[in-house]
Amino acid sequence: MNGTWHLLTILVTAVFTSNILLTNYLGMCSFLAVSKEVKTSLGLGTAVVFVMAVTCPLNWMINAWVLEPLHLDYLRFIVFIVVIAAFVQVLEMIIERVSETLYANLGIFLPLITVNCAILGAALFMIIRKYTLAESFLYGAGSGLGWALAILAMAGIRQEKVNQSKLPRGLEGPGIALVVAGIMALAFMGFSGMGGGN
Amino acid sequence: MMTAFLIGLGVMCAMVLLMTLVILVCDATIANYGPVQIVINGDKEVTVEGGRPLLSALKDRQIFIPSACGGRGSCGMCKVRILEGAGDPLATELPWLNAQERRDKVRLSCQVKVKRPLRIEIPPELLDVRQYRTTVLRLRDLTYDIREVTLQLAPGDRIDFKAGQFIQFEVPPYALTDDPVYRAYSVSSSPSTHDRVELEMRLVPNGICTTYVHKYLKEGDAVTINGPYGEFHLQDSDREMICVAGGSGMAPIKSILMRLDELKSPRKVRYFFGARTGRDLFLVDEMRALERSLPDFRFIPALSAPEPGSGWQGETGLIPAVLERHVTSVANAEAYLCGSPGLINATVAALKRKGMPEDRIYFDNFG
Repeated sequence: MNGTWHLLTILVTAVFTSNILLTNYLGMCSFLAVSKEVKTSLGLGTAVVFVMAVTCPLNWMINAWVLEPLHLDYLRFIVFIVVIAAFVQVLEMIIERVSETLYANLGIFLPLITVNCAILGAALFMIIRKYTLAESFLYGAGSGLGWALAILAMAGIRQEKVNQSKLPRGLEGPGIALVVAGIMALAFMGFSGMGGGN
Repeated sequence: MMTAFLIGLGVMCAMVLLMTLVILVCDATIANYGPVQIVINGDKEVTVEGGRPLLSALKDRQIFIPSACGGRGSCGMCKVRILEGAGDPLATELPWLNAQERRDKVRLSCQVKVKRPLRIEIPPELLDVRQYRTTVLRLRDLTYDIREVTLQLAPGDRIDFKAGQFIQFEVPPYALTDDPVYRAYSVSSSPSTHDRVELEMRLVPNGICTTYVHKYLKEGDAVTINGPYGEFHLQDSDREMICVAGGSGMAPIKSILMRLDELKSPRKVRYFFGARTGRDLFLVDEMRALERSLPDFRFIPALSAPEPGSGWQGETGLIPAVLERHVTSVANAEAYLCGSPGLINATVAALKRKGMPEDRIYFDNFG
């Protein structure tokens, strides 16, 4: 029971209290670029959830079974990137083969996230925090969900409010998006509390 | 120390190789769609290798859809109608398709992957488009920024085109581009010359193709072109002709005039050529020679900003104003316009004010 509770905490923490986008500010470029419409950001968000949930345990295995026994910790960055890129490529081929609709809604975003730093970030965090295999799967899924939640919220705000508003020219586009992201990050701080309790 | 280094290197190479292998295997199995049939315009059937973009699959079968960006989805030119087998447009295509085109099932052929049998529709003349391997016969500077390029086709090869049409010039990878790119240029030679193609190219600062031609290309170099393309060409009628061009817009008009000269056409032709200063004028002697040999042709160059003291005797001002002064009636006339969007829009407006119906104004927009 205690174990299940612990795993659940990791998942929830990754989604809310230490949201990889809003507390670590990782994965910003696609977050800013693809958050203009809810529909497209949902596609990108789903792709990120999926890729993170799979690449985190995959990288965990490679780290624990190949890199650590050989004392090659310094190769982590580059190996993780190669693994993520290859996995995304293969995933894109599979999706394209299996379903046209899925490809149209999700597949075309995959090349975008090969270089999403949030995905590499999650893989590196899970090593630093010494997660187990099960934990890193949940951490990956949680981080992905958290990222998706943040981009969806952002897209909702941009689609419903920002696009309808008259903005000073200098603030248009990424400018106002960064201001909104900052306020969202402040709001997400509410999940962990202000006192520095954890 | 050395062993640690070697182990690191070995593991890194092994990882990269493994991943490459995985991708290659997937590419050969999952992404292998086998041969796929494409039916073009209801009658012509071609078999292509599946899993590749339609644009390049057709190119392999010697069917050339015009495209400027080389298939990256950034020019929006390679449109074809796909009646069957392609699904809905992708997000990468939507910016290029208007509502009518979406209803007509128009797609960007560089973004559509051939996975199932397709039924497509393309302009029939594209089936006559071919690729030609040529060599540069002659390079000649017409002005400080316009260069004439004469390409010689391979021995025994021949190109058929209509006066006014254009070809696509392939720029190989060089300092400014990593991939081959294609740019459209009007042919300036007469269509009765079947073994040579002459082009006029204006240097655009940092333009990929024009920089290549002006700074890198040498006589004797190999150049690949494909064509011919274009709806802008000499019409088979006996109406009077009003031709308007600026800059390298001279090219298709010159081709049209040479054709008329060969036909000894009695049509009344007035050719207005717009330039800024005397330095921007070219081929004036050739035009004057045509004035003598054609029964009713006049070349009217107009400078918008002649240099003071240059002794310019001809017309001054912008083309639409010059046109107003020279053209009295458009009742039995058709117009051929070629040049920048600004020149074309202003001239179309001027001609319409004179009462020329839109369907008798033919233009080639160099935008």
